[in-house]
Amino acid sequence: MKTIQFILQKEFLQIFRNRAMLPILFVMPIVQLLVLSFAATYELKEASFALIDYDQSSLSRELSAQFQATGYFSLEHKTFDTDEALEELKAGNVNMVLTIPENFSRDYSQGNSVSVQMLIDAVDGTKAGMIQSYGSSIIRDFNQNHIREVQLISSKKAPQLSRIELIPVNWYNPDLDYITYMVPGILVVLVSMIGLFLSGMNIVREQEIGTIEQLNVTPIKKSHFITGKIVPFWIIGMVDLVIGLALARYGFNIPFLGSLTLILIVSGIYLIVIQALGLFISTVTSTQQQAMFIAWFIMVVFILMGGLFTPIESMPVWAQDLTLANPVAWFIKMMRMVLLKGAGWQEIQHMVFVLIGMGGLFYGVAINRYKKTAG
Amino acid sequence: MPEVAIQTRDLTKKFGDFTAVNQISFDVRRGEIFGFLGANGAGKTTAIKMLTGLLSPTSGEGSVAGHDIHSESEAIKKKIGYMSQRFSLYDDLTVKENIRFYGGVYGLSRHILRSKYDEILEKVDLKDEIDSRVGSLPLGWKQKLAFSIALLHEPKIVFLDEPTGGVDPITRRQFWEMIYKASEDGVTVFVTTHYMDEAEYCDRVSIMVDGKIEALDSPVELKRSFSAKSIEEVFIELARGAENSDG
Amino acid sequence: MNAFKGFVKKEFKQIYRDKRTLLVLFGMPVIMMILFGFAIRNEIQSAEVAVLDLSKDSMTAELIQKIESNPSFDITHYLQAYNEVEPLFQKGNVKAVLIFENNFEQKMVRHSSAKIQMVTDATDPNLARLLQAYTSSIVQDFSDDLNPEISIEQAGLSPEIRMMYNPELRSVNLFVPGLIAVILMLISALMTSISITREKEMGNMEILLVSPLKPYQIIIGKVLPYLVLSLVNVFTILLLAIFVFEVPFEGSFILFFAESILFILTALSLGVFISAVANNQQTAMMVSLAGLLLPTVLLSGFIFPISSMPQVLQWISHIIPAKWFLEIVRSIMLKGGGISVLWFQTAILVVITLLFMGLSMKRFNVRLQ
Repeated sequence: MKTIQFILQKEFLQIFRNRAMLPILFVMPIVQLLVLSFAATYELKEASFALIDYDQSSLSRELSAQFQATGYFSLEHKTFDTDEALEELKAGNVNMVLTIPENFSRDYSQGNSVSVQMLIDAVDGTKAGMIQSYGSSIIRDFNQNHIREVQLISSKKAPQLSRIELIPVNWYNPDLDYITYMVPGILVVLVSMIGLFLSGMNIVREQEIGTIEQLNVTPIKKSHFITGKIVPFWIIGMVDLVIGLALARYGFNIPFLGSLTLILIVSGIYLIVIQALGLFISTVTSTQQQAMFIAWFIMVVFILMGGLFTPIESMPVWAQDLTLANPVAWFIKMMRMVLLKGAGWQEIQHMVFVLIGMGGLFYGVAINRYKKTAG
Repeated sequence: MPEVAIQTRDLTKKFGDFTAVNQISFDVRRGEIFGFLGANGAGKTTAIKMLTGLLSPTSGEGSVAGHDIHSESEAIKKKIGYMSQRFSLYDDLTVKENIRFYGGVYGLSRHILRSKYDEILEKVDLKDEIDSRVGSLPLGWKQKLAFSIALLHEPKIVFLDEPTGGVDPITRRQFWEMIYKASEDGVTVFVTTHYMDEAEYCDRVSIMVDGKIEALDSPVELKRSFSAKSIEEVFIELARGAENSDG
Repeated sequence: MNAFKGFVKKEFKQIYRDKRTLLVLFGMPVIMMILFGFAIRNEIQSAEVAVLDLSKDSMTAELIQKIESNPSFDITHYLQAYNEVEPLFQKGNVKAVLIFENNFEQKMVRHSSAKIQMVTDATDPNLARLLQAYTSSIVQDFSDDLNPEISIEQAGLSPEIRMMYNPELRSVNLFVPGLIAVILMLISALMTSISITREKEMGNMEILLVSPLKPYQIIIGKVLPYLVLSLVNVFTILLLAIFVFEVPFEGSFILFFAESILFILTALSLGVFISAVANNQQTAMMVSLAGLLLPTVLLSGFIFPISSMPQVLQWISHIIPAKWFLEIVRSIMLKGGGISVLWFQTAILVVITLLFMGLSMKRFNVRLQ
């Protein structure tokens, strides 16, 4: 036990001696949490559009005004030239071209069917989808406000329709607030980076500068050595997590429905698992550059396939099955369940066991591969 | 502690088709300064790695401090000190922190450690530098410090792999004085070098060429049997016709 | 000049000798393309939903049948009571519950109106929104079928929508340019910054600096192999994009490669700059990570539209090179944009590149004196 103390003392000294590391360890995660949480949103804030109004009537002006009044659309360009508008669309200066046809006002008042054209830049399909649905709903509202008058004048009557009403009820996040959803996931990413990169890199570093050879001729126990590499970054990871949780609770007002203790326990286990993976990487690489590169690759895949940014439900079934082997996906899911839905041990225990299983596997392989004596 | 500190019989290491160490057999007596000479690539480092438990041999037998190198490498590690070719202290730790860490790894108590600080600093004349980062010290001091740390846990045998590489002649001289001092205290010293003048300081030297030991005797006997004026001449005589050496 | 040639040769050899890293370097973009091309989507593939049918008549059965047959939905639970909803959501797999009110068919017949409540697990607001949109269009179709007598010719205003450049709204068209940017950043910036810092850490840099090589020659020698590697990767990704994912390529290949080289140079200059300020590999790595890769993924418009971000972040995104590169590549590939519309973005990349090259040169020169 005494040996462990000496080893830990040395590891901490080395970590904190590196001036550049301190801000990286404690400031960067906070900045990232702030930036990422605000950046990761699919909500439509503002779309610019070009207007081609061939009608020039009070009704057509009212329609374009209604687009702007919602606050989602801003009028960037006005023209009568379709080609010019398309140029603007192509250059990316506007996201949509709204064309109101000639005789729009007259045809509409007579109770005929009229359509306005929305040409949407669909390079970004997500945004295009939002523009489409917001735009359509503006047009629908416009229609509903005016159709009565039209019907009175034209005496064409809309028949009584059979209608099924779909009433949406949003649980856990009634305002559909994206930040609430993202923050717990981003916390996972921050903790994972510290866990995966730093402990693994640390061992490779000893290999690279040659000190590991000196250690290997000492009676140091494998388990002591590995503990010395795991524990400091585990503690740092947990400290970062607690800071992050505090920020989430008091800065972002994320509801903490579940038990904080449960979150901390699960996080502790998760960190050990992800560190084990870092350890494994360090046993198959010989330079920090290699280790970094592999760790990065794995991290990017884990995050992008972990349901953080795009829902796992959107993946094809084979890819959904692959996420079963992704510890990041499991942890993101648990964080969200416990924090946002108040899930307890009952609901998440099977996932915790999966994590523990993975951890055991990684450690087994890593310890097996880390040898004091080469072949 | 047996009279024979290190013993090998037909010790061999192959890397694929390449035989780095080819059936070497020798005994090192207790308290002896045993010089292990050879050109770069002759297999010295490979041999030392097998003896210290860093590398497992392909075939042959060996024992260090009475323990079998195949099965008891962890027991050997408690009894030996090692200083590798590459500088192996932590540059970003201070002199004191390095001593404390390695002492801790060998299980020395804090009490013993405290007396060791003074002893080592006295020995290498680093009193004023105890809180300096090791990275900022000149190479010669680093090497002397590394040697002292290798002796920290009072091992019976110490392995030095080219300890004086790149060091100035005065420091080399001081270094060898430290080796003599250790030897007087009963420590067996196993040292590799390619400075031939250093070979003259050893009790006995072996000369390795292409993975084999071509000669083993005291410097005086070697010079006589090869009728050479210096070990250097002996070495050049033997190294002629070597295949694997590159320098 | 000979010394320089020898040095470049050595650098190439060092990188290309390491087969494992090489495999990762070339294999990674391919795996990423395939995984993300197929897996990262915003469309729903198969979401688990539950049904609570309080009516159990032929009409609800028909509607449920219709939902079931939609590939986006996978009805996994049939509930009996409302209080079963909460525990189901707690377990986490079911994303929405459709609740049909009692006497559904009867109400439709008598009042032409009936209600379905759709309870969503809105922890993921985006998914909840999508599920609602999908369901509402299914329900709409269903009720349209109930009103066959209504002619299409109808009073009122309707939008005519055309999706330009990407009519099927395929996510992969959007992600490919982003992926190119991420991979180039990874190889060019991260790898160079680490490899140069490594030389510094190992003490080799000093040896190189006292050699007859000029500092800029050392830098060029260091970055050249990564430039070649990056270009090969751009080529691979492009081939995969066009032939496997059938991403359209409307613009000029020459312009595309020229812009890619420019962006590689930008990334390399950033990598060199990081190595000039960092003194060990861990620092270099963490700075690249926080300063380059995350912004490239998150603030460039790769996944999240920049226009959705708060104003401050929109400003910050202007200094992210990947943002400009993404605009360029998306325009070239999907819209057939030429240099006449892209000169501004190109100019910004040139300025960023020159700026960081200059800054790092200065730092390396200072070190020499």
